[in-house]
Amino acid sequence: MKYAISLIALLAAGALPAAADEIWVTNEKDDTISVIDIDTLEVTRTIETGERPRGIIFAHDYSVLYVCASDSDAVQVIDPETGEILHDLPSGEDPEQFVLHPDNRHLYIANEDDAITTVVDTETRRNVAQINVGIEPEGMAVSPDGKIAITTSETTNMAHWIDTETHELFANTLVDSRPRHAEFVKDGTELWVSSEIGGTISIFDVETQAPKGKIEFEISNIHPDRIQPVGFEFTNGDTHAFVALGPSNHVAVVNAETYEVEDYLLVGRRVWHMAFNADRSLLFTTNGVSGDVTVIDVAKRKPIKTIKVGRFPWGAAFRPTN
Amino acid sequence: MKKLLLACATVLGASAAMAETQVDIGFLRVDVPQPAVLSNLDPIPEDEGLAGATLGLADNNTTGRFLGQTYTLIDQNVPVDGNVIAAAEQILAQTDLLVLDAPAEVLLQIADLPAAEGAMIFNAAAQDDALRSDQCRANLFHTIPSHAMRADAMMQFFLARRWDDIVMIAGTHPDDVEWAAALERSAKKFGLKIRARKDWAFDADMRRNASQEVPLFTQDFGEYDVVIVADETDDFARYIAYNTWLPRPIAGSEGLRPRTWAPVVEQWGAVQLQSRFNDQSARDMRPRDYAAWAAVRAIGEAVTRTNQGDADTLRAFMLSDDFELAGFRGRPLTWRDWNGQLRQTIPLVTERAVVANAPLPGFLHQHNELDTLGIDRPESACTAFN
Repeated sequence: MKYAISLIALLAAGALPAAADEIWVTNEKDDTISVIDIDTLEVTRTIETGERPRGIIFAHDYSVLYVCASDSDAVQVIDPETGEILHDLPSGEDPEQFVLHPDNRHLYIANEDDAITTVVDTETRRNVAQINVGIEPEGMAVSPDGKIAITTSETTNMAHWIDTETHELFANTLVDSRPRHAEFVKDGTELWVSSEIGGTISIFDVETQAPKGKIEFEISNIHPDRIQPVGFEFTNGDTHAFVALGPSNHVAVVNAETYEVEDYLLVGRRVWHMAFNADRSLLFTTNGVSGDVTVIDVAKRKPIKTIKVGRFPWGAAFRPTN
Repeated sequence: MKKLLLACATVLGASAAMAETQVDIGFLRVDVPQPAVLSNLDPIPEDEGLAGATLGLADNNTTGRFLGQTYTLIDQNVPVDGNVIAAAEQILAQTDLLVLDAPAEVLLQIADLPAAEGAMIFNAAAQDDALRSDQCRANLFHTIPSHAMRADAMMQFFLARRWDDIVMIAGTHPDDVEWAAALERSAKKFGLKIRARKDWAFDADMRRNASQEVPLFTQDFGEYDVVIVADETDDFARYIAYNTWLPRPIAGSEGLRPRTWAPVVEQWGAVQLQSRFNDQSARDMRPRDYAAWAAVRAIGEAVTRTNQGDADTLRAFMLSDDFELAGFRGRPLTWRDWNGQLRQTIPLVTERAVVANAPLPGFLHQHNELDTLGIDRPESACTAFN
């Protein structure tokens, strides 16, 4: 009888094409990507990349994967089916983070060592523009209408607003120390920027570039210096933000309307970036020091599993498979 | 697009109205006679300190470009026996922001000049504890950590490892004596004891006979956990390792060292600073380079946030709760408002890796864990900041 059940299970599994969606995680100190199966919550594949992979995004149609191989000075284009590196893009030196324009064609890349933002055309594989920004550019964002790109610079402590048509800066707004990540939210009306050392998220009104609010974090028994916001993502309808707080080993849940922090969830050590599954019911955070990924049940606001990946996981990206 | 253009117009208008801020920063290095050392392996770079200030200036100007702020460096090097006071007065006539790489007594002479009243002077080299206590000055700030801060980092590590049987070999140069005294005070502060101390008074060339001399020299220490070598001039410490009578770890000026900055520091984005420095100067960034960089960057950060370049405004802002410097140390760097010392973490390093980063976990403080390192408010005899 046991066999029969197994057989049925096998048949059932076989009947459905291998359909589990995936989370792809770059391992900065292993030069690999760990691919997590969202159904089983296990690593099913490990893919080799160039040196020091950090930023990771899929093309909007998921046909290819882009990875910042920082120490190889390249953005690598990878076939997600085979894991094969198809070719490199001329990213400029030391690419760290990047963002894909809504046109699905232009990558905006922060070149951390060079104080430059590089724009690359993924079709012609040419470098379209290089824009001088502040020292150690890192966070990258592009508005939903594609008209504005943002670079945050870690040592200059600014968000630089780039007109994507002219490739000129049209505004520079100061934020707190060491800005790491930027996102446009609420249909591109607000820009959120996290500051790692400042310990805050600054919110700007996009139309006027004026500051609109600031979020501060406080966890009992953890010194404020250790609460260092880095990556963040928004739930459906942009109602809540989940914010990685670095060496405090917590993720904050922020009400995106009131800017109040509602919850703090304990995850792995030095949490940095994150990605949701398709319906945003699960969140996967990269924990650099503990070398794992925490899976959070978004509705319950509860960590449900820890998945071991490579050394110093950095970025994460979602890939649907059907 | 219309909206975007409108936004452009607003910002351009704003920047046109924005007054240009010009900030001059003085950098004065005072050469001191270097004591002869046994090994010629590690010469002190000619531009030590200045290279850090130069990099800090470049960092400030990159930021300043977006805000209409320009920074220039007025640098001078006074040779041994040169006229330090004249050089300082000359710089102070042009700016009231001065970074100094000079010994303690020269620092105080300059800080006490009539021309230095109301100026901000940044000590980027002298580690003397007295400068942070009874010898402090209201116009004197310190970006280099004190001996006490480094010693406390060392003792926190010993305590965490339960290495409580400690012995010490100390040099006889005044810097060694001061450093050894700081280590002894720190041991006491953390309830440890340096059980035995021997002074290094050899004058032989140790490259030839360390293996014969050092075992005998360390034999009568008996049983111990760790030997501290206090050799701030980098004279003999390198010949102690592996030559002690008992096979024991060595720390202090050799082996495990508490340092302001070291090439092995790579966390918290430090790699970026290390590689910017390497690109600029084709060598590793040293503690004095870091201290000078931090002084210039602290000025830049305060100018960025206040849009003012005068010492009064900058001093008030730096001592307020609003100031913080991202210094690649894992924590925001701020000033102690009782003695003008820049709070910072202290990495404990070998030649090859960061072993620990002080303050170590478990060393708690009612206000800021960084204040478990060095002279805390209640211990400081400094009254100039009241």
